[in-house]
Amino acid sequence: MTSVTVTVNGASKTHQVEPRLLLVHYLRETLSLTGTHVGCDTGQCGACTVLLDGAAVKSCSLFAVQADGRSVTTIEGLAKDGKMHAMQDAFWQEHGLQCGFCTPGMILSACEILERNPRASEAEIRTGLEGNLCRCTGYHNIVKAVQAAAQKAR
Amino acid sequence: MRHFSYQRAASVEDAVRAGPGAAFLAGGTSLVDLMKLEVLNPSRLVDVSRLDLRGIEARPDGLRIGACATNSEVAAHPEVKRRFPVLSEALLSGASPQLRNVATVAGNLMQRTRCAYYRDLATACNKREPGSGCAALEGWTRMHAILGGSERCIALHPSDMCVAMAALQAVIHVRGPNGDRDIPFGDFHLLPGDHPEREFALEPGELVLSVFIPFSAAGMRSRYVKVRDRASYAFALASCAAGLEIASGKIRAAQLALGGVGTKPWRVPEAEQALQGQSPERVAFQRAAEIAVRGAQTRRDNAFKMELARRTAVRALTLAAEGA
Ligand SMILES: Cc1cc2nc3c(=O)[nH]c(=O)nc-3n(C[C@H](O)[C@H](O)[C@H](O)COP(=O)(O)OP(=O)(O)OC[C@H]3O[C@@H](n4cnc5c(N)ncnc54)[C@H](O)[C@@H]3O)c2cc1C
Ligand code: FES
Ligand code: FES
Repeated sequence: MTSVTVTVNGASKTHQVEPRLLLVHYLRETLSLTGTHVGCDTGQCGACTVLLDGAAVKSCSLFAVQADGRSVTTIEGLAKDGKMHAMQDAFWQEHGLQCGFCTPGMILSACEILERNPRASEAEIRTGLEGNLCRCTGYHNIVKAVQAAAQKAR
Repeated sequence: MRHFSYQRAASVEDAVRAGPGAAFLAGGTSLVDLMKLEVLNPSRLVDVSRLDLRGIEARPDGLRIGACATNSEVAAHPEVKRRFPVLSEALLSGASPQLRNVATVAGNLMQRTRCAYYRDLATACNKREPGSGCAALEGWTRMHAILGGSERCIALHPSDMCVAMAALQAVIHVRGPNGDRDIPFGDFHLLPGDHPEREFALEPGELVLSVFIPFSAAGMRSRYVKVRDRASYAFALASCAAGLEIASGKIRAAQLALGGVGTKPWRVPEAEQALQGQSPERVAFQRAAEIAVRGAQTRRDNAFKMELARRTAVRALTLAAEGA
C-alpha cells in the first residue's frame, strides 16, 4: 500500500491505496464520486475525463498514485453554492446531452478548451473534443453548448 | 492487473539506480493500458514523470527537448512551431488532448505497437511471447506494416511524433548505469528480424533524458500529412513527414520519413538524395515516393498502403514546397 494525498474538488484527501488502483476507481469507489464514468477503460472514449492541475486527462489511464500531491476536479466540483457551472447550464439549455453518459467528460474537456482559448472557433471546439466520444447526440448540440458558454463568458 | 511496487524517482540518479529490472512510468497512456491487458507485467514501476526533464531549450545548433515534456507542451512551443512545424503537426495529429496533456516525449518514443494480436493474450505473438508465432501473418493485416517486417513479426510502429523526429534526424540522449550516450534516431527503434521482442536500442536501466533536434533550413519548411480511417483521433493508415530546403528554384536538401507503413519510423535517405538538385515539382516528388516504398511487402488486407503511402508522400512534399 502507498499513501496518496490528493486535493479533490478543493478538499484534501489522504488514503492508503494499492499502486495498481486507477485514478478513476479511486474517485468512484474510494471517494464515492460516481459522476466520473468508465466507458471503454482503454483511454479512448473520454467518459472518465477529469482535470488534473487544471489539465484534462483520462483518469482510466492513470494510477491514483500519479495524482499524489496534485489537485483533481471532477464534475461534482463544478457547481458552486447549489448553482450550476456555466458550462453545465449551457449543456442543459442547448440539449447537449441525451443519455448523459459522456457528459461529465465532455463538460470537463470543454472547460479546458475555453480555459486555454476563450475565443475558440467552432472548428477548434470540435477538434478540442476529439477525445470525447458520444453515442447519442451527433455532437452538434454539444458544440453549440460550448459556443453558448463561451458567448456568455464574454 | 497484476501487483507491482511503485516508487517515485527523486532524481535522475535515483531513477538510473532503480532502473535495472524495473519499468519507467511517464504519462502511463501506453504502459498502463498494456498492464491492464497483462501484455506488459513489470513487477516494479519507477515514476519518472516529475523529474526535472521537462524543459525545452534552444541551443546554438538545435533544440533540446526534455524527455518528460508533454506532447501538448512540445506541440505548442513557439520554437518548435517555428523551427519544426512538422513536429508540432505530427504531435497534434496524434491521440487526443487529454492524452497529449500527460503523454511525454520519451513515452511516445517508446509507445508499443497497436497490433491487435500483440494486445490479445489469446493469440500467438512473437513480440509478446518469443517463439509463440505470429498470428498477424495469416490474419487481418489492414493495420500492419508493409516495410521492415520479418517472418516473425509485421507489427506496425504507431507513432506520429517519431515520424517527424526521424525526418528531422533527431538524436536521443540517454543515461544508464554505465554513463551517458547519444543514439541517432534511426538506430533507436530496432527492426523485428528474429527478435521482435527487442524493440529499442536501450540497455537495461537506461533512461531517456532528452531529444536533440538539429536546426535545418528543411526543418523550417516541413509538413506532416496523416491519412486515417476518419478525420480525427485515429492511428495513421499512412503518413509522411517532409521538409525541403529550396534555393534558386532547386531542392538543396530534403527530409523524408513515412509512418503507418513500417515496423519502425521509416526514414528513406535514398529518397532524400534523389530529391537533391531537382526542381520542387511533382515528377521529382513521385520519383522520391517511389523510392520511399521500395522493398514493400504487402498482404491481403494492406495492399492499398503502397499507393496510399506514395500519394501521402507526394502530398507532404507538395505542401512543404509551398511553404508554411
Ligand atoms: C486512445 C489512444 C489513441 C492514441 N493515438 C495516437 C496517435 O494517433 N498517434 C500517436 O503517435 N500516438 C497515439 N497514442 C499513443 C500515445 O501517443 C502514447 O501512449 C504516449 O505518447 C505514451 O507516452 P507516455 O508518457 O504516456 O508513456 P508511458 O505509457 O508512461 O510509457 C511508455 C513506455 O516508455 C517508457 N518510458 C517512458 N519514459 C521513459 C524514459 N524517460 N526513459 C526510458 N523509458 C521511458 C516506459 O517504460 C514505457 O515502456 C494513442 C494512445 C491512446 C491511448
Ligand atoms: S473510460 Fe477512460 S477513456 Fe474511456
Ligand atoms: S449523450 Fe449519450 S453518450 Fe453522449
